[in-house]
Amino acid sequence: MSFVEYGDTIKDGDTAIVFLGHESMFPVKVQHGTVTQTKYGVIRHSTDLIGKKYGSKVTCSKGGWVFILHPTPELWTMNLPHRTQILYSTDISVITMMLELKPGSIVCESGTGSGSLSHALIRTVAPTGHLYTVEFHQQRAEKAKEEFREHGVEHLVTVTNQDVCKNGFGVSDIADAVFLDIPSPWEAIGHAKSALKAEGGRICSFSPCIEQVQRTCLAMEEYGFTEINTLEILLRVYNVRTISLQIPDLGKAAEDNSGTGFDSSNPSNQGILGTNPQPGAVQFKSGVPLKEMVGHTGYLTFATKS
Amino acid sequence: AAERCPGPRICEGDCAVLKRDDVFKAVPVLRRRKIIFEKQWFYLDNAIGHAYGTAFEVMGGGVLQPKQGVEETAAETKEAGTDNRNIVDDGKSQKLTHDDIKALKDKGIKGQEIVQQLIENSTTFRDKTEFAQDKYIKKKKKKYEAVITIVKPSTRILSTMYYAREPGKINHLRYDTLAQMLTLGNVRAGSKMIVMETCAGLVLGAVMERMGGYGSIIQMYPGGGPVRAATSCFGFPKPFFNNLHEFPLSKVDSLLCGTFSTETLPSEPEDNTLAEEETNGSIEEKQTATQGAEEESSAEAAMEINQTEEQETMDVVNAEDVEFKENKDKENKENVREKQRKQWERRKKLIEAAALLREKNADGLIVASKFHPTPLLLSLLEFVAPSRPFVVYCQYKEPLLECYTKLRERGGVINLKLSETWLRNYQVLPDRSHPKLTMSGGGGYLLSGITVVLDKGKSDASNLEALKMEEPSSKRCKVQDLHC
Repeated sequence: MSFVEYGDTIKDGDTAIVFLGHESMFPVKVQHGTVTQTKYGVIRHSTDLIGKKYGSKVTCSKGGWVFILHPTPELWTMNLPHRTQILYSTDISVITMMLELKPGSIVCESGTGSGSLSHALIRTVAPTGHLYTVEFHQQRAEKAKEEFREHGVEHLVTVTNQDVCKNGFGVSDIADAVFLDIPSPWEAIGHAKSALKAEGGRICSFSPCIEQVQRTCLAMEEYGFTEINTLEILLRVYNVRTISLQIPDLGKAAEDNSGTGFDSSNPSNQGILGTNPQPGAVQFKSGVPLKEMVGHTGYLTFATKS
Repeated sequence: AAERCPGPRICEGDCAVLKRDDVFKAVPVLRRRKIIFEKQWFYLDNAIGHAYGTAFEVMGGGVLQPKQGVEETAAETKEAGTDNRNIVDDGKSQKLTHDDIKALKDKGIKGQEIVQQLIENSTTFRDKTEFAQDKYIKKKKKKYEAVITIVKPSTRILSTMYYAREPGKINHLRYDTLAQMLTLGNVRAGSKMIVMETCAGLVLGAVMERMGGYGSIIQMYPGGGPVRAATSCFGFPKPFFNNLHEFPLSKVDSLLCGTFSTETLPSEPEDNTLAEEETNGSIEEKQTATQGAEEESSAEAAMEINQTEEQETMDVVNAEDVEFKENKDKENKENVREKQRKQWERRKKLIEAAALLREKNADGLIVASKFHPTPLLLSLLEFVAPSRPFVVYCQYKEPLLECYTKLRERGGVINLKLSETWLRNYQVLPDRSHPKLTMSGGGGYLLSGITVVLDKGKSDASNLEALKMEEPSSKRCKVQDLHC
């Protein structure tokens, strides 16, 4: 396994995702002789995991079962240990497309944070591209390095422990794209410009507050960036539910059986309605929005150096 | 026949995208070819050799001239009002008449100067607030100072362009939704992807861009052949097509039940694929055209995109014509041989694609079509390996509800998620930041999930029998393949 290459079977040293059920999962480092506790009982790595196919059902000691999944940047994002606030896949998708990333792209990123975006960037630019990521917090920088090594992608990334606002990205005239997720991105726009290739490239800055966006846009304009564009992306998730609505009793004549009266007046509906287990009710499938959703992560500001 | 020069320079034969403000148009870069874009006409001859991203002004006779660095509009001591309490709309604030402005334009005066004249001849300009003055100038600049930038095509640009110009051709798949698909599908170099789309080849192009020529793609197509009008706008290098396979949707069932054979293919002449593709295109065009509002721009863009294809087809025909006149006998023989060769090649490619599918180890499935997603998913997921992501796009939510339910019944999938993204654009200006006035009302819905090993324990006793039944015919089929 590697985060940039699929493997069929689980091997010693792999990072695998244990899927317990509805949105409930966690990552596990596969090691001979190790055991992992789940609410369904124990998983013994040597016998239950190593050599099995990714995507298999694994029966735990108490008889319950889990699925073992191949890691992807998206699964990692949902399961990684948080050292900072992280970017989620909805924003990451738009960042990747709007920065025009593809195999071979050279990207600069700061800060590394918990490495959620980093893994997605590495996935996209592999096998010939490279990520230069800058993190001013020494412990976080080291932890990120360690994870990249464990995930088999260290050859695609360089982690530098310095302050991007003061010292820049440590590279110049090399990048196709720059991404900033720092508290004062406007202080790094100059460095971003010099990191980008002379012939141009794309930049993105992620900020939660509109005041940060305003200062960033002014700085981008000052440094001659064009196509400055700010947007926000919101994810709406729907639960698929079978809903049953009661037919009100309007005192219709007794010869009319309740429910069937409604149905027969809407013959076109019958296909969708299906069987009605309850008399006097109508069933239908609906995509029900979650009671609460993420209303704001951050504003994404994109621009072009040309 | 055009040479391809390396680097980010505009070359003859390239596929380029014209950009004016937020409007895009994909065009082939050809010499002495008149281009109409945003009510202006010009030739691209002069643009050849310049770097991508260069801004041009349209001069007399359709000549493009690179725009010199931004000339600062002489910001004289600014005079502005504080509010609009005394500004009356009497329709007479502009002292220049329509005819005056037309005369200025006919004289070939630079747009910048026309804007200056308009400002000077506006009696209310000085009383407007600073912000209102700004807005006035921006509006006039947009109208009179037409700057066209030539940019390199990318998924970002082409998906934005298609969504704005021809949403009907891509099933209203908004660009942020496409972005989600690429990420949810873990599309990357080295994968073996199955793509089923009726989005003019835009989704295929997006997948190809993300795979960078590494790995393989099997495109499932309905009808006579895959539509790749949008794919050709990307200007991918030839090697990207080496591992792009295609397989007819109508053969999926027989492949799954083991009765697939290339012998049963209607042995149509290879030109049929192209012909049918073109018919498909024109039908779609008519449909889009009747959609009213989008009519003008969509027809124009469609024309441009189709021209590329037609051009290529015509080149081939012309070349054949010339040869034909040169040596009829030889040509006739060669023609037959050529046809046989092409047919053989087509069959070979089909066998290759079938073999790739039969391995049932694809790394992902991307579906974005005008068809009902449920049958597509139930069949095509058979070709995907366990622990791999899949994503289905649909313009409407209801079919995905059904698809969700059916997939649950089938099993072999987990982490099913039905979602939609909303995209909001912002105006960011000092003291004037706010969300843009309008936003897109809908960019479609996605159903995504991950495959797992299908439980064979309980429900599949009948399935097992079916499998045994298949065996012999499947083997026979392989023998047949070897023969062709």
